[in-house]
Amino acid sequence: MIDTLRAVQTPEGIDLHLPVAGLVSRALAWLIDILIRGVIYTGLGFGLLFLGETGKGLFLLAAFVMEWFYPVLFEVLRNGQTPGKRAYGIRVINDDGTPIGWSASLIRNLLRVADFLPLLYGFGIASMMLNRDFKRLGDLAAGTVVVYQDAARKEPSLPAARPIRPSFALNQAEQQAIIAFAERTPGLTPERCEELAGLTGPLVTGRPEPAETLCAMARWLSGDSEGRA
Amino acid sequence: MKQEQFIAAHEADWRRLEAWLATTAADDSTRAPAEEFAALYREACQQLALARARLYSRHLINRLDRLVLQAHQILYGERRHLMKDIATYIVHGFPAAVRSQWRLVLVAALLFYVPLVGMLTVIQMDPDMVYTVLDGDTLRQLEYMYDPDNRESVGRDRDRQSDSDLMMFGFYVKNNTGIGFRTFASGLLFGIGTLLVVLFNGLYIGAAAGHLTQLGYTETFWSFVVGHSALELNAIVLSGAAGLRLGLALLSPGRRTRLRALREESRIALQLVYGAAGMFILAAMVEAFWSPATWLPATSKYVAGGALWLAVLAYFVFGGRRAP
Repeated sequence: MIDTLRAVQTPEGIDLHLPVAGLVSRALAWLIDILIRGVIYTGLGFGLLFLGETGKGLFLLAAFVMEWFYPVLFEVLRNGQTPGKRAYGIRVINDDGTPIGWSASLIRNLLRVADFLPLLYGFGIASMMLNRDFKRLGDLAAGTVVVYQDAARKEPSLPAARPIRPSFALNQAEQQAIIAFAERTPGLTPERCEELAGLTGPLVTGRPEPAETLCAMARWLSGDSEGRA
Repeated sequence: MKQEQFIAAHEADWRRLEAWLATTAADDSTRAPAEEFAALYREACQQLALARARLYSRHLINRLDRLVLQAHQILYGERRHLMKDIATYIVHGFPAAVRSQWRLVLVAALLFYVPLVGMLTVIQMDPDMVYTVLDGDTLRQLEYMYDPDNRESVGRDRDRQSDSDLMMFGFYVKNNTGIGFRTFASGLLFGIGTLLVVLFNGLYIGAAAGHLTQLGYTETFWSFVVGHSALELNAIVLSGAAGLRLGLALLSPGRRTRLRALREESRIALQLVYGAAGMFILAAMVEAFWSPATWLPATSKYVAGGALWLAVLAYFVFGGRRAP
């Protein structure tokens, strides 16, 4: 399957599959962060205006922190997510799957300067397009990667049907394909369901409704015992 | 084993692990007892491997994937003791890092101080040489800032006459520390960016100092800058050394791939960047609150500035020799 999944092996010998986030969602997240910072600057500007000279000094200090540490603080303390990243459901982690720490976050955000060159993230975008994990230069140096925060999805339920035993033995890949098909039927048009089901050939020949038959087989294959008694 | 039997057998364990992760996600203080955690996590790993090998449904595998990933993040996450780490770094890590990188620090120091002293000297002999680096407008600003007739607001240009010390502190922190960070980051361009920034800063500061000395604004200028010079100038040098470390990782990675070299060397370089940033901020404090104090006699400023130079050098030479 062609997908932007990156496999990372844990000490337990399990591969974690990290769905890597691409240029567009990251750019949009960055834009949101810019807007948020703009709002904060404006708010601070007005608030500190009344403090006169002292206020100006405090504003400059706040601007320094915002310029360099806004992403770092959020990434380390808020689970790898700046507000912009949160809005797009993405987060930064180390590329071995562990949460990002101070050093890695600082490296990737200080090196933003180099990514930004020659203008508007020219080098960063070139770097993202040239490697498999969409890493900008800062990510390469820090060993970090931006991934989608995989939200828990609703469990797909198999369409209700009386389980049917397939007429001949199926290998595991075939069994899984049938179950996956059944899980996806609610999102497909009936015509498309019939068309896909027709592709299974001998499994459904002679059956009046191929799609329903497959769903029923999926129930049987997934070990449904309800209808069996 | 059929998928539904498999789920029925393990569902309770997964729920327990999920519930534990949910209470933990918020923050460390509310973390429930973790007696079962490691065992549940390892079982989930095993079950994920089984689910994959048996080609159970995509949804089940995704769910276990997510469960294992979340638990993995907590089990193998970095333990953070920020305050203790900072203290150890100041007492031990920073001076030790500077010494371990002494070759690059020396190179950066030469790149910075040679043009600085060179420019300063050349201008004493040929005052017009200053125009090779600075233009007339900048020079007029500088002359105004350190004119003995304006000694009440020494070190501030015309637009900043009425600014408070705190205002100047903010300005120096933002400006100078930012330059330090950029000096480091531009090392990623094969070291060329850092090289240029360090060289240019050396030339610029040398030219300014040379010009003002040659004009005879000696006391206003030197007594102003001597206080923060030890911290600020050496912070530039260390930012430069950190940037060169990055450049060198790309130019001469040794037996590693460039990517691997970059990752390892950037961690080492960061050990210099932390310290340089701290020095810039200390320098900004001195520059904003001590250097412009006109009620102090120049002599005491020279003595304090000299003492600070000795202290900074002693810190790098003798600091953190004992293991933490």
